Amino acid sequence: MKDYGAALASADTVSVANSSDVVSARQMVRTLAQRSGMSLVHQTKLVTAASELGRNMLVYGGGGVVRAATITDAGRSGIYVAFEDQGPGIGDLDLALTDGWTSGSGMGLGLSGAKRLVDDFDIDTGPGGTTVRIVKWGR
Amino acid sequence: MTTDSKMPVLVETLTAQRDAFLAQWTQAVGEDLQGRLSLAELGRELGELYDSILRGLNAADFDSRGEHFAETRSLLIELSRSRARQGFTPTETARSVFSLKEVLEPSLAADGKGAQQYLQFARLLDDLGLLTTEAYVRTREEIISSQAEQLLELSTPVVKLWDGVVGVPLVGTLDSARTQVVMEKLLQTLVDTDSTHAIIDITGVPTVDTQVAQHLLKTVVAARMMGAQCTISGIRPQIAQTIVALGIEFGDIPTNASLSDALRQALKEVAQDAADDARGLL
Repeated sequence: MKDYGAALASADTVSVANSSDVVSARQMVRTLAQRSGMSLVHQTKLVTAASELGRNMLVYGGGGVVRAATITDAGRSGIYVAFEDQGPGIGDLDLALTDGWTSGSGMGLGLSGAKRLVDDFDIDTGPGGTTVRIVKWGR
Repeated sequence: MTTDSKMPVLVETLTAQRDAFLAQWTQAVGEDLQGRLSLAELGRELGELYDSILRGLNAADFDSRGEHFAETRSLLIELSRSRARQGFTPTETARSVFSLKEVLEPSLAADGKGAQQYLQFARLLDDLGLLTTEAYVRTREEIISSQAEQLLELSTPVVKLWDGVVGVPLVGTLDSARTQVVMEKLLQTLVDTDSTHAIIDITGVPTVDTQVAQHLLKTVVAARMMGAQCTISGIRPQIAQTIVALGIEFGDIPTNASLSDALRQALKEVAQDAADDARGLL
């Protein structure tokens, strides 16, 4: 995945420390997607992915920061969202991305499902924390 | 009055001029609150407060957290609570305490000894003023959390749509707390109305993620255990596509695009049951 770090200079930020912050993060992403004229289906997919990743960050990473920005690349525009936590990291990434596998009490579809909902998905994890970056392109 | 206080000047002045100070204090606070509380009521409140402070001072210390001021503190907490409920601002509440300083200043600050004791007393009042703010904020938080609870109750109605059919129109975010309320209400209504069909309508739920889906599934399973047929309606196109992409399977739970379709289906089944009943098959 391309590095869109520069776009984050003008990003909107929500710090997530409880479940109502996940709703705020979701609303922030929805507002950006609506403003960029994304179709309703794409919007819904992106917002749902943000909801999954935001909640994962809260439940397994102990909370963190969600940043979202509008990006353009090769004539198309999209939304870039980064989820950054200082949690313990994901031990076995392949296992975590397996459908139906969960270390908690969820359905085990959050991470893998979120990956299917967006166009670009990138995960960077280690003992110092986890960063998930996603991009959803407009039509 | 004899006193063993370390602050004889202060205590004597406060005791001797009690009525005059109290009247001025009530006046000052009354002006600040702009007549939203009657002067008689204020006078009574502040009178109790004044006397308890005086008793605390008589017991010889200036520690607002000490046991001698326990009564003062509980009076102040009570005052802050009622102010918070009546919609006064934290500033107005704290100023009820602070304005006693203004009242005392002319009488005490005139000579050196009095001024010194006045300053110490002012510190005590500052502490007590902060206490009111603390109590005020705590009360507001209690009010907010009880309102959140009320909202939870309000936002999850279970309605009887037809004989034997109940509906749950869900609006907003579905978290664990809300699911619990919905589930309890739905199951109880199923029993109370002797219904066999339940329709959960999610038209008003903007995002269906795995957590929401899991909560929905649990609710459906619970309703089924009680012998009710449960349908989820209001699945919009974008939600359907998202659920499929996420990989959530609703299994054999019937779903519908609209509430009316779900209701028609439920009515058909209810009518079928009634017809079977009439023919003596059941």
